[in-house]
Amino acid sequence: MLKQVEGSHAVAEAVALCRPEVICAYPITPQTHIVEGLGELVKAGHIKDCKYINVESEFAALSVAIGSSAAGARSYTATSSQGLLFMAEAVYNASGLGLPIVMTLGNRAIGAPLNIWNDHSDAMSLRDAGWIQLFAENNQEAIDLHIQAFRIAEDISCPVMVCVDGFILTHAVEQVDVPDQKQVDAYLPAFVPAVVLDPKAPASVGALVGPEAFTEVRYLDHKKQLRAFDAIDRASTAFKSVFGREAGGFIRSYHTKDAETVIVAMGSVIGTLKDMIDEKRKQGHKIGLVSICTFRPFPTAEVGAALKDAKHVIVLEKSLASGQGGVLAAHVRAGLHEAIPLTTLIAGLGGRPIPKNALSEFVEKIGIPSSDELHFLDLKQDIVDGELKKTEEERNARLRNGAARGR
Amino acid sequence: MKNTQANPKGIYTISNRLGDQANRAVQASEDRPNSLTSGHRACQGCGEALGARIVVDAALRAAKGQIIVVNATGCLEVFSTPYPETAWQTAWVHSLFGNAPAVATGVAAAMEVKGRGNVRVLAQGGDGSTTDIGFGCLSGMFERNDDVLYVCYDNQAYMNTGVQRSSATPPTARTATTPPVGSEPGNVFGTGKNVPLIAMAHQIPYVATATVADVQDLEAKVFKAMSMRGARYLHVLVPCPLGWGSPPRETINLARLAVQCGLFPLFEAENGTVTRATKIRQPVPVENYLKPQRRFAHLFKGGKPVDDRLARMQEMADANISRFNLLGHEETCK
Ligand SMILES: Cc1ncc(C[n+]2csc(CCOP(=O)(O)OP(=O)(O)O)c2C)c(N)n1
Ligand code: SF4
Ligand SMILES: [Mg+2]
Repeated sequence: MLKQVEGSHAVAEAVALCRPEVICAYPITPQTHIVEGLGELVKAGHIKDCKYINVESEFAALSVAIGSSAAGARSYTATSSQGLLFMAEAVYNASGLGLPIVMTLGNRAIGAPLNIWNDHSDAMSLRDAGWIQLFAENNQEAIDLHIQAFRIAEDISCPVMVCVDGFILTHAVEQVDVPDQKQVDAYLPAFVPAVVLDPKAPASVGALVGPEAFTEVRYLDHKKQLRAFDAIDRASTAFKSVFGREAGGFIRSYHTKDAETVIVAMGSVIGTLKDMIDEKRKQGHKIGLVSICTFRPFPTAEVGAALKDAKHVIVLEKSLASGQGGVLAAHVRAGLHEAIPLTTLIAGLGGRPIPKNALSEFVEKIGIPSSDELHFLDLKQDIVDGELKKTEEERNARLRNGAARGR
Repeated sequence: MKNTQANPKGIYTISNRLGDQANRAVQASEDRPNSLTSGHRACQGCGEALGARIVVDAALRAAKGQIIVVNATGCLEVFSTPYPETAWQTAWVHSLFGNAPAVATGVAAAMEVKGRGNVRVLAQGGDGSTTDIGFGCLSGMFERNDDVLYVCYDNQAYMNTGVQRSSATPPTARTATTPPVGSEPGNVFGTGKNVPLIAMAHQIPYVATATVADVQDLEAKVFKAMSMRGARYLHVLVPCPLGWGSPPRETINLARLAVQCGLFPLFEAENGTVTRATKIRQPVPVENYLKPQRRFAHLFKGGKPVDDRLARMQEMADANISRFNLLGHEETCK
């Protein structure tokens, strides 16, 4: 059914259609409207046989989901930013225990300084925690990915994080096609857990594992992530046949065939980039786009193949590994022929808008560089230069002071 | 099932295998469930291993075998489940150090939505897990009145990591992080928290304290807790030979002395009100309890107290005795 709704409510409706049995709720902007929406759906009786639990922290939210999932209930929670970090220990634990929990991450920057607006620092900070990470391009895909997420998670007993850009998607009112219950039921089978806590067949879950077996456990985790490629593929293929539209999968290419410059990005910025590319193509520029839907496991081979004929790759990303550079860029580099230069363009940090014109100018200006470069879109150079100078002067003064005090 | 009244006779020896079946504790009964089997790696004389076995066996019996146990990280978890072995005969899960109450909430929620309310949930952890790192989750579970029995095995320090101070460590006790040096050797006075009282402040259906010295009393409290729904809390004192510096054979004795001297009052509370406190039948001075433990050795020199710290410990015990009205003959205090 076509509807004009806020992204968060679209996600809440999608999750509701998946018949979750336990939902753990804790507020943090910009995710909050999702759990509020679900709370209403449960309380009004629209989700049957579902327990909605208001917990005392994100750490508890995911821990409750760990317990309910381990006991065989389809479990869901949502968070953002500081909330994800607050539950970090449980994030690793959920995947280590092989629990198919689905969590929405309303992507938001991480402080200090405190910032509630969108970027991808939160998702990137826990990229190696053993979760599958899917990024939605728009609200329709946010809906579709959630429905796929439960299927993927339960297919291979691995938690899935669906990343939805905070505010840009969570708070945007867009027209979406919300599937009906019959379709979702046809697509998503009932949850049959791989390991379940049951007094009838007592098992110990979560043992202490020493050096003699830990490498094997980790190896198997890696294998599971690789097997996830098949599960993601199955889920998106089946999705198309049931719902008649494409969503999910690993990557999508846009005008890459003859492109000299190919931009790589993920999340909601894809829309802006497509507009920009359309304009530039009209002006004769050979430019294309590869959008990443599956960040974990990272489809290195597919990305490499999609970029193999490019003369220059620009990775536009909303996170920064301080002291290193771009996180997504490092992943893309791993699949890219070494002769192809890669430009990392850090943009949209802490909710800074990514205007089409700024992108267009950047692409124009950089041309095709001879080696890898790191840039920040719209960086206010005068401010950072002033700050750097001030810091250096203050440091010198402190050192002089210390020396004068004779210690 | 006999043992549904907290130690009706106040007898300590009733669990022994020489008694007739009807009066035996679960521990000594012929069809004991034996949830925690032998072969685990606890130290000799470990009070926590003993306490857990008594508690889980009793809970298992009370729930007719239908329980799921959630364990926090700590000695109990480490010594019972070294992969690929497990000593547990029940459905059992370990997630993290600080989240056992929340995981238990999740398990209970799953059982509820699946229409399997007959499956009961027992969460357990050490004092560090309960009174410190997992305290937020514990309070949340209490406040929501989730259907979980939480059991704290209190050995008064972080034993699994090598005996560091927790908020359940008593004043003057030597731990690796409260060494017996300086002007106030060992743990300081005026700190720590009383989680049974804090649990009561949540107005949860049932709170009780117990020790491994009185098996019948401990089991009876488990049975009572299991007869109720909602959040229930049991705080069990479990001496640790390694951390306390006491001979393994003294575990039971020390638990009993802790009660008899007044430092560890035994009581039950329902919905925030104390309903019963166990009278001390043979009161002893705190000295009798503290002296056999090396963690308190610095309080004495040549068998005599070195300063007023022993007297201050006695004051703490006396305060408990008067607060819970622990002397005299009448069992009930309302
Ligand atoms: C988040 C976290 N912090 C610290 C630890 C290390 N740790 C594991 S067990 C333990 C001590 C447990 O103490 P307690 O809960 O009292 O149980 P005990 O071992 O004394 O029975 C500590 C500090 C951990 N596993 N996880
Ligand atoms: S250190 Fe203490 S609590 Fe841990 S196993 Fe040994 S006796 Fe038991
Ligand atoms: Mg302890």
